[in-house]
Amino acid sequence: MNNSILILIEHLKDAIADISFEMLGIGRKIADSFNGSLHAVVLGKDINKFLPELGIADSIFVADDEKLEMASPETIADIIKSIIEIKGISITILGGTNTAAGVGPILSSKLKLPYLNFCKNIRVEGDNIIVTNQLFGGKILSDVKLDGMKGIISVNPGSFPSDAGKASKVVPVVEIDLSQIKIKNYFKKYIEPEAGDVDITKENVLVSVGRGIENADNLSLAEDLIGVLGGAISASRPVIDQGWLPLSRQVGKSGMTVKPKLYFALGISGAPEHVEGMKDSDCIVAINKDPAAPIFNVAHYGVCGDLLEIVPSLTEKLKAKKG
Amino acid sequence: MNFIVFLKMVPDVIEELKIADDGKQLDSDWIRMKLNECDENAVEEAIILKEKFGGKVTAVALDAPELDDALFNALAKGADKAVKIIGEWKDVHSPAIAEIFAKYLRDNNLIDNQTLILSGSQAIDDIEGELVYYLGELLNLPAFGVITHVDYDSGQNSVSLVKEFAGGLRGEFSSGLPAVLGIQASENPPRYIPIAKIRAIMKSAAIEEVVIPPDGLPAGTTIEKMFEPETTGKAEMLDGSTDEIIEKLIGIFSDKGII
Repeated sequence: MNNSILILIEHLKDAIADISFEMLGIGRKIADSFNGSLHAVVLGKDINKFLPELGIADSIFVADDEKLEMASPETIADIIKSIIEIKGISITILGGTNTAAGVGPILSSKLKLPYLNFCKNIRVEGDNIIVTNQLFGGKILSDVKLDGMKGIISVNPGSFPSDAGKASKVVPVVEIDLSQIKIKNYFKKYIEPEAGDVDITKENVLVSVGRGIENADNLSLAEDLIGVLGGAISASRPVIDQGWLPLSRQVGKSGMTVKPKLYFALGISGAPEHVEGMKDSDCIVAINKDPAAPIFNVAHYGVCGDLLEIVPSLTEKLKAKKG
Repeated sequence: MNFIVFLKMVPDVIEELKIADDGKQLDSDWIRMKLNECDENAVEEAIILKEKFGGKVTAVALDAPELDDALFNALAKGADKAVKIIGEWKDVHSPAIAEIFAKYLRDNNLIDNQTLILSGSQAIDDIEGELVYYLGELLNLPAFGVITHVDYDSGQNSVSLVKEFAGGLRGEFSSGLPAVLGIQASENPPRYIPIAKIRAIMKSAAIEEVVIPPDGLPAGTTIEKMFEPETTGKAEMLDGSTDEIIEKLIGIFSDKGII
């Protein structure tokens, strides 16, 4: 049987999201390993401009319709289902992102196909595809076999090189027939990022705090350090949800992607959805009480210890040095 | 309005996790359970909405260790009813959990056009927040994940929702009722309840127990093996006394041209 792979291309506002190229790259590699074909599907409004960037696929399925802008996951699942059924697609790859959230479970329910999420590696072993998933905040990995080479996989952003999915070549474009699709759309409008007092993506130094900071009063420890080190304070999700810092300071999946010269992670465990936003920083230094914290797998330097004790002393020493 | 909040107990990953001898699951002796953090936000949001627009909040969960404390906590915060679905719920994942919750809602005829079903937008064992979408699909209701704001328009009987995308970009969505919402963050952080109030609720309120036979649940995918990520030790660990560690940190900052 001619196995084929379908990639749901993600785009936010006017750009293709990097995850799309990551998926195209790994999709191409897997398709080539069993002499299969690679297809992309692009849905939304004014999307034809994206097509020249998707030349690594063998064909592109397209539906350009304003009703599809941020359409519901049911609608996207219905459209993908129609492509899978017509083209006999074996494996569908989606982004493990907030944008595509819901498409995988709904498609899996509709087609009774296995759905494997939060995948960080996909490999072919003989006639099988083995997917490695991240579980429990990245502390545990699991290998799952996709029986019969059929299923839906969602990929954790940052797992694969995006360059491998970039090629500009003209490939056949197939218009999707929407006549049988009941389009449901609840989207009203975009809400632009709040203009924060600082843009953390432009800072050279970020002192980033996580759950280990324990309470809002302790934020002053990070701020005092910034007083001597320069830079700005950023945070992982739990700190933002507590309302201790504004959304503009959030690093990770829903927040910003940052690449400072120094990313100093204080009491951040390093869950995959946080790592996604900071792993490309020049130098990552982490302090955490938990020796098994996944942050130590991405940090360049690590300290297993109590930040509440270390940070104030560090600030004092730096002040003394500066005179 | 009728708010139904589904809760789940999850392993506390702050604790050490150990893989069982079969190499395919966690060793349950090592797991300490706690309420899924996003579910706490879902409880808080339901109570905030009830305080604004009136109605009743029901908290529902599959039986699990430490669950009673979580349910009494929800009652102390302002939930009107707590329900425990009795059974041995080992190794049930989101597709099966959604089936059980959907059965509970259908069997008890709990969904009307004033109903909002809420749950956490993600969990440590359901990072992409599949649960709400499986539930929406089973109940044929619209489902929305990663929600950080909910507002209700009684004239239209609709909710206005804010969902997070990426890079700080968010989107506004609007839906009629009933609907299923995956709450990422509540309007305010979950309220603190003094232990005395929880103890008082434990004496005055009861947790309702219901039985749902675990028949015909979808089998999950089969894990071939579980393993810990290779700690090839990307990080060079700085050891020594606090003073020694601080000297090393200052050395690194200096080498990198930060100071």
